[in-house]
Amino acid sequence: MNLEQTIHGVTFKNPMVLASGIMGITASSWDFVVQGGVGGITTKSLWLTEHMGHKCPTIISTENWMLNAVGLPDAGVEKAQQEIGAFMKNKTVPLIANIVAGSIEDFGKTAEGIAKLNPNFFEVNISCPNVEDEFGKPFACSAPDAAAVTKLVKKVSGKIPVFIKLSPNVDNIGAIALACAEEGADGFTVINTVGPGMAIDLRSRMPILHNKVGGLSGKAIKPIAVRCIADVYKATEGKLPIIGTGGVYTGEDALELMLAGASLIGVGTAVADRGIDVFRKICSEMQLWCTNEGVTEVSDMIGGMHRVTSNQ
Amino acid sequence: MSSISLQSSLPKTYRIIDITQETENVRMYTFDGSLGAKPGQFLMVWLPGVDEKPFSVAYDDGAHTRIAFFAVGPMSEALANCSVGDLVGLRGPFGTSYEWEPGQHLALVAGGYGAAPMFFVASEAVQHGTTIDVIVGARGKEHLLFLDQLESLPNVALHVATNDGSQGFEGYNVTVLEKMLEVTQDTKTDDPAIDQVFACGPEIMLKATLDLCNKFGVPCQLSLERYMKCGYGICGNCVMDPLGVRMCVEGPVVKGEIASKLDEFGKYHRDSVGRKHDF
Repeated sequence: MNLEQTIHGVTFKNPMVLASGIMGITASSWDFVVQGGVGGITTKSLWLTEHMGHKCPTIISTENWMLNAVGLPDAGVEKAQQEIGAFMKNKTVPLIANIVAGSIEDFGKTAEGIAKLNPNFFEVNISCPNVEDEFGKPFACSAPDAAAVTKLVKKVSGKIPVFIKLSPNVDNIGAIALACAEEGADGFTVINTVGPGMAIDLRSRMPILHNKVGGLSGKAIKPIAVRCIADVYKATEGKLPIIGTGGVYTGEDALELMLAGASLIGVGTAVADRGIDVFRKICSEMQLWCTNEGVTEVSDMIGGMHRVTSNQ
Repeated sequence: MSSISLQSSLPKTYRIIDITQETENVRMYTFDGSLGAKPGQFLMVWLPGVDEKPFSVAYDDGAHTRIAFFAVGPMSEALANCSVGDLVGLRGPFGTSYEWEPGQHLALVAGGYGAAPMFFVASEAVQHGTTIDVIVGARGKEHLLFLDQLESLPNVALHVATNDGSQGFEGYNVTVLEKMLEVTQDTKTDDPAIDQVFACGPEIMLKATLDLCNKFGVPCQLSLERYMKCGYGICGNCVMDPLGVRMCVEGPVVKGEIASKLDEFGKYHRDSVGRKHDF
């Protein structure tokens, strides 16, 4: 049973990827996640210059969901270069650099600064739902904006494949994916967090998150992720790879996202519940299921649902 | 200690039912509920509308929770202005705790408000037949904490060190530990050897404790502090180089053999955006 895949010339020993925003501050913490069996690492969202993020509480959860409004804190490209540089020296798995900006122009500048370090992919975060107070509606909510960011990042990224991270909080995610694809997007990450949502403390009557609202993740959002991946896969005719992210806790969850069209699988929230070795656990569960079902290549699962439904 | 083991990652507000001013700077709050914390663990304490920060647990008897704190920034200053009856959000308990074997001889090194969790350790550990030497240190006698409470515990010998010599030994608590280890770890003397050293306090004191324990070959457990946001292993803000371990999950209580591998220990820490700052 083979879990390995090569995507845009980059070999992943298994489909599991650390989702952006989780454990992604330092090179040594990426190495720690690698020990947990991950196939690829995504950095936290990197800004051109320092960005402070929100006050706490920023991350709260129950066994069913998580709300976060961390607000994308980062020390800027210079620090990112140090950490990415340190990781790339003894790189054990592919590195996906996630970048974010408040303006289309700054996306270009950030990508330019990070491209020098030669990460394996770019993941362009145009879909964070918890910085709206600062920057307005995410670019991922408008096809022309999403396309404009894609065009500029593609211009400065050289040979590094560019994945656009899409928002589920739109009417037609397929149309937005298509608009990005037309400007040269090499793939998509589907989905960013859902909502935003809110939680209120009963006794104080106050919203718990300092930002009041935050992006929803965890088990509850998996069906939305599956539908969005299926929409993007269909809109782009399965031609562009998808990093499927949202509510994956088990090997069966991961395989479900693959059937919808994902090639790689991002895991974030489940790290809290199943530990840093959640990636290894999910891989074993995928292997067990595939072996029992006679699947020899995990890549055979990608988009499987579409092949079955198109025959009906 | 409570048998509750469920960790809550969603804050719930509790009422402050008691406030004591332990020293000029240190206040202790008692809340109307238990989260089942073990000695060494921490809680995320949320002041609605202000901020949320990690605090070590000063006591949890299964019915009530206590924190002891020193107002050092805007959040803890706002917390210090709270009154009995005010609501404060708590979630946790998070992280590792101090671990001992029944009947062991423990040395506890407490610096500043690190005396609070050390009292929690001592009060639990004596119930397991341990013998304890506690060394409480502070700048001066007005900053010494929990001496009466520690002294009231059975099988606990209290030692005091102040930098200005206003009470007990004049100098550092770590110097008292060194003198103690010279005697207890000498196989030619009859004094019972110390099985483990636990320490909580400023990082420079922890580093000195680690170096001493390594010199004498005594296992130690140290409570480390790093900038935290989520408290349960997600945000990655409290990771330490070069192992990348999270102080909210693999810490805050770290065994000496791990602390010895943490290059940044005693040298630098990271802020809320992950930038390094030297101590």
